[in-house]
Amino acid sequence: MSERVIEILVDSFLKMLIPGIKVTVPLTILSFALGLLIATVCAIIQYANIRYLKQLCRFYIWIIRGTPLLVQLYIFFYGLPKVGIMLNAFPCAILVFGINEGAYMAESMRAALEAVPKGQLEAGYCVGMNYLQIMWRIVLPQAMRTAFPSLSNSFISLLKSTSLAATITVTELFRTAQIINARVYEPLALYCEAALVYLLFSTFLTWLQARIEKRLSTYGGVR
Amino acid sequence: MIEARKIRKSFGDILVLDDISLKVEKGDVIAILGPSGSGKTTLLRCLNFLEKADSGELVFDDVVYDMKTINKKDIATIRKKTAFVFQNYNLFLNMTAMQNVMEGLVTARKMSKEEAREKALAALEKVGMLDRKDHYPSQLSGGQQQRVAIARALALDPEIIYFDEPTSALDPELIGEVLQVMKKLANEGMTMLVVTHEMNFARNVSNKVILMENSVIVEENEAKSFFENPKEERTKAFVSSVYERNNLANSH
Repeated sequence: MSERVIEILVDSFLKMLIPGIKVTVPLTILSFALGLLIATVCAIIQYANIRYLKQLCRFYIWIIRGTPLLVQLYIFFYGLPKVGIMLNAFPCAILVFGINEGAYMAESMRAALEAVPKGQLEAGYCVGMNYLQIMWRIVLPQAMRTAFPSLSNSFISLLKSTSLAATITVTELFRTAQIINARVYEPLALYCEAALVYLLFSTFLTWLQARIEKRLSTYGGVR
Repeated sequence: MIEARKIRKSFGDILVLDDISLKVEKGDVIAILGPSGSGKTTLLRCLNFLEKADSGELVFDDVVYDMKTINKKDIATIRKKTAFVFQNYNLFLNMTAMQNVMEGLVTARKMSKEEAREKALAALEKVGMLDRKDHYPSQLSGGQQQRVAIARALALDPEIIYFDEPTSALDPELIGEVLQVMKKLANEGMTMLVVTHEMNFARNVSNKVILMENSVIVEENEAKSFFENPKEERTKAFVSSVYERNNLANSH
């Protein structure tokens, strides 16, 4: 490897790491939070079998899971302005990633809710709790624990999906790599470096996931 | 105190409760016996509205409720006066023993945490589970879980506790500790309706015994007479068959 390439790599590492921390990470966290909220609401609606709303949820999940994320991004960012809806790139990315991830996580959450034994609800009723209290205090916490591994998988996969935001002008980690590359033209080295930074982030998350999972299992919640 | 009148319940085409009526007085300990599928558990579940009866009336503290058309508010009123102990304990898996006992008091009854804590400690002490109060259900044996479940029921200060086969899921060596606690409650005057297969409990602890079979009550009698001088031939056959089974088991 030539000295020039090494110099470029060293020079660009921080330049990628910083938008990684400042843009990619917040984008991932905010999208995930939005997705989790949507997923939880959707899952509860389906679990509680609320008419009409349930059909609406199924429809949403069908559309989102059946179409590519990149296409969804384009529709929201480049398409919606045609009907007068202008979104800034960053909030637009959060919205699309959140809506997309929400559809997948809704299914994990629903499965986790359904895995909570029915007796837990009955016991709740028998000590005088109402449906919402039981959901909030007993069923959801248990479902969250069951869903945790699959939710953290979604989180890690979302982290990587945020690189697609580069296509709608969000200057996150990958777009920074593209911009640097446009100047110095070292695509192999720079994109490998970008991959390495993503790997750093996701390795940290995987480590974190394992730790949290271990702590949750000492509760011995799931039998 | 409680009277059920003509409870009727089917699951699909299968009639499970065929006009069941029974009366519970304050301080009664009533054992409901009968072969599996006789409707005992469904009866208990209907009384606490875990199943909705197809028809029938429930008189609770002199108020008459229609069991089919009863509204949520009335169900809540009745459940405030009752507690339920399940065959498979149904402790809240995400909570410690202590939290299990406190949950209903704090969340449903809006009791202060302090007061709830005191009540929970007293209840756990009564069932001998004070030393395990910070354990999660998965860290407790079946017998211990069932005792915590009884503490959870007790802490609610119910007028009656329904027990649905409280020892049927337990390993034989753990049954004794649960029956011991139930006997203690009975001696203290707690009103209890107990679906069980434990003959000795029915005979020695309860004051009344009901035999159910094929969706109807075969015999309702004082405990002593039920075993020693039953009214019905079927009861005689049931009692002797169960004792034979026990003797057979003991002789091995």
